[in-house]
Amino acid sequence: MTWPWLILISSVLYLTLLFGIAYMGERQARRGRSLVNNPYIYSLSLAVFCTAWTYYGSVGQAAQQGIPFLTTYLGPTLMAPLWWIVLRKIIRICKVQRITTLADFISARYGNTIWLGVLVTTVCVLGILPYISIQLKAVATSLDILLENPAPDKSVTGFATDPALFITIALAGFTILFGTRRVDVTERHEGMVTAIAFESLFKLLAFLAVGAYITFGIFNGFGDIFSQASELPSLRELFTLDESQYADWFWLTLVAMFAIFLLPRQFQVAVKENVDENHLRRAIWLFPLYLILINLFVLPIALGGNLLFQGQSVDADTYVLAIPQFFSQNGLTLFTFLGGLSAATSMIIVSTIALSTMVNNNLLVPIWLSGKSLQELKRKRINRALLNSRRLTIIGILLFAYLYFKLVSGQFSLVSIGIVSFVAVAQLAPATLGGLFWKRGTHAGAFSGLLVGFGVWFYTLILPTIVQAELLPADFLENGLFGISALRPQSLFGLTVFSPLSQAIFWSLLLNTGCYVGVSLCTRIGVSERKQAELFVDIFRYSPRTASALEGMKVVQAADIQELLTKFLGTRQTEASLKTFYRQYQTSYQPKADYRLVSYAERLLAGVIGSASAHVMVMSVVRKDDLRLEDLFQVLDESQQLVYANQKLKQKSEELEQLSHQLKRANEELKKIDHLKDEFISTVTHEMRTPITSIRAFCEILQDSPELSDDEQEQFLTTIIKETDRMERLINQVLDLEKFESGKQKLNLQEVAMNDIIQDALKSVSQLLKERGVTIQVNLSANLPPVQADPDRLTQVILNLISNAIKFCDSDNGQVRISSYLVDGVVKVNVLDNGKGVPAESQEMIFEGFFQAHDQTTKKPIGSGLGLTISRKIIEHHQGRLWVESEPNQGAKFSFTLPAPRTAKKLTY
Amino acid sequence: MKKILIVDDEPNILLSLDFLMKKNGFEVFIARDGEEALDIAQREKPTIVILDIMMPKVDGYEVCQFLKSQADLSHARVIFLSAKSKDTDIQKGYDVGADLYVTKPFSTRTLVKQVKELA
Repeated sequence: MTWPWLILISSVLYLTLLFGIAYMGERQARRGRSLVNNPYIYSLSLAVFCTAWTYYGSVGQAAQQGIPFLTTYLGPTLMAPLWWIVLRKIIRICKVQRITTLADFISARYGNTIWLGVLVTTVCVLGILPYISIQLKAVATSLDILLENPAPDKSVTGFATDPALFITIALAGFTILFGTRRVDVTERHEGMVTAIAFESLFKLLAFLAVGAYITFGIFNGFGDIFSQASELPSLRELFTLDESQYADWFWLTLVAMFAIFLLPRQFQVAVKENVDENHLRRAIWLFPLYLILINLFVLPIALGGNLLFQGQSVDADTYVLAIPQFFSQNGLTLFTFLGGLSAATSMIIVSTIALSTMVNNNLLVPIWLSGKSLQELKRKRINRALLNSRRLTIIGILLFAYLYFKLVSGQFSLVSIGIVSFVAVAQLAPATLGGLFWKRGTHAGAFSGLLVGFGVWFYTLILPTIVQAELLPADFLENGLFGISALRPQSLFGLTVFSPLSQAIFWSLLLNTGCYVGVSLCTRIGVSERKQAELFVDIFRYSPRTASALEGMKVVQAADIQELLTKFLGTRQTEASLKTFYRQYQTSYQPKADYRLVSYAERLLAGVIGSASAHVMVMSVVRKDDLRLEDLFQVLDESQQLVYANQKLKQKSEELEQLSHQLKRANEELKKIDHLKDEFISTVTHEMRTPITSIRAFCEILQDSPELSDDEQEQFLTTIIKETDRMERLINQVLDLEKFESGKQKLNLQEVAMNDIIQDALKSVSQLLKERGVTIQVNLSANLPPVQADPDRLTQVILNLISNAIKFCDSDNGQVRISSYLVDGVVKVNVLDNGKGVPAESQEMIFEGFFQAHDQTTKKPIGSGLGLTISRKIIEHHQGRLWVESEPNQGAKFSFTLPAPRTAKKLTY
Repeated sequence: MKKILIVDDEPNILLSLDFLMKKNGFEVFIARDGEEALDIAQREKPTIVILDIMMPKVDGYEVCQFLKSQADLSHARVIFLSAKSKDTDIQKGYDVGADLYVTKPFSTRTLVKQVKELA
């Protein structure tokens, strides 16, 4: 495999692995087994602080300037012990107030004003975009080194083949996938955090590996490198501190202290993704430990690189990769490259998520919301719109970062641009820290301080880079704006004691803080601001009972209630409803709303958006919370869910209706069956009354009539016996039927020759045939296969059919035909008569018990009792079929089939 | 000799009633269904009619209704003799103009006494 392919495939594999880990983290979270709920993962995720700047840039900075690179890590290390005071407070406030970004945090602290959020967002986006772009640059440069491209491509051309673009696209995909799953941004992105923690571990191991290789593999340990370096004067300077650097040390350490909790990505992982504020306890020492480990080999690599590449034009930012490659350590080079990739990607992913949330919630949505009625909003699919907007923002941010990389940052070192970003976010420090500890800070103070600080930052740090990129005339740097030397960006107000960077930090922070404090003291605190100040500064006193602690601070204005109602009901309906209210309670409009109006409004709203949402909405007015956007979306989302629930409900009620319909039908069926049962019982008893009546009558006659002749006596006694037989038959039939119906009937199955059974049956009716003068025609197929049947039961069926045929055939010229044959794998038997036949409408009914009885008072010709019913049951239990075919006056043909052995299923009776 | 018409589709019941009524001095006419009963009744104008209800062609209720609707037949005393023993059946019997409703099985001695009383 060629080297470029190997690089490509490993990069793809690495990103795939990252996807896998994020997916796993997400899945575990959904199963309630959170992976991120422990201090180690939390600490590792904080190490998103260490980016390609650390990975490549520190070495570059160390190689050129010496130990000042450490300020970036000393700051956070110094800050870490203060986390328990500062960061824990921020975490608590954000949890209580459902704050998700720094822009949210600052705007919430100063009374939830939109413009402050917009300003903070702008600062963050403009500050962080270059920072993201240097990550892209680091990846692109590392690829150039790896592929030994002689001249790094700095032109805008060749997008299609630019690997940095592909990496940008892949990262956009990843970020969208794991950063914009749900609309409620207060939910944690556990998959993303898991992946970030993994990346932190990966880049640390990779850096330690390459460091150890250079220190112990190429040189003979730390001592060797340092002693070799100290022999060269140019290098000795690098680890000596001279007085002129003191100021830089101070200012750079200070901005790094701020950066560790004010950078959007740090705020994201440290505050928003925090599961338990107690994780801070361990992170306080684990995170500095991580910083020490990752900086352990910076100087050795930097000095080693300087020693190895003396006099060669090797960019110091690339030493980490260039050294192992120089020694043809391909495996290690690849590992190092992937480590750098992980450092860059983790930063890009988290920063982009944080920025996109900020841009949407504090910039786009307020603009989008203004001038739209809530009615209008409710119709839209806010969920999707919001998610799509966040996704587009992510793409936009990455695209801008890519363009910035192509146009500007390609020309600067990683660290110089990184520091510029640090200074930008440091501008948020006065408003943030002041907001946490100083109740007197006001919105105007925060806004003006931030604006001034940001302005100075832009003027002193950004404009010079634009000049250097030759997009602005160079003369501006040398002579200042409008030729005023006091306005020279790199020595503002004539401050030349400090380096350009230090003076920028000094002026921006000084003016920022000055404005913040000064303007705050000069302005009055608004009511909602005071409440928020109270809440932020004294958070540990108020939480967890935050909300109720401040309830009743503000008198509710009737106008506020009306405004709220108008949002949801529209002007006309609101006015009508309020009129009703005043009439109902016999009061008139009062500026201060009483509890009756509040609860009336809540009831009105509940009809529109559901009671829970209505309560939130009304309470937001009562407590004078400015309605937070997240809550608003929650409410709108709820009402959408309500619509969905309503649809579900409608569906359910339709199903229910169907069910009740079925139930009704079943009930009718049951009633019919019940009626049939009554019929059956009354019919059976009726059928029994007839023979009993005869028996009783003849018995009484015999008893009362001694004059009877012998013949008469004989006749009457014979009748009694016949009627008794009839009773017995009836009783047996009922019992038979009951056995079949209840499944208790057992069949004594054996191989039976159908024709033998028919012949036997014919023998037993031969007497009857003679008596009735009925002729019978028998036509039996000679080669019938034997069937599986109970011979007694089969005989019963055939006898029943033949005796019915004899009963119903023509009374003068009775003819009965019986035949058997094999057809379609079944044995079929037909019994025909030449009687009046069975009318079509009765052809099924005759198989129901006592067919003749059905509420009729006219009998059908001669009663068929249960014979056919039982016969059909018997045949069905043999897996056969019994039916009748008949045309009026053409006689009736009763047929039954039994499966022939080949097709007969195994019977279980 | 008073005429009695016995209507039933059960041969054995006809046999027993025929014997009983002849023995008690009635002139007995036999019908096996409603149609035949109406024919005989119009021809013979019986004093007593013993009627089954469930019969082929025309049922006992209809026969009774018809008899009671005819001027020259309405004097006939109608006794229902039926296995239908529900209250509604009995009520319907009296509603269509029966003089007596006897359920099967019955006592021949009581029936003979009742027939003699009605005659």
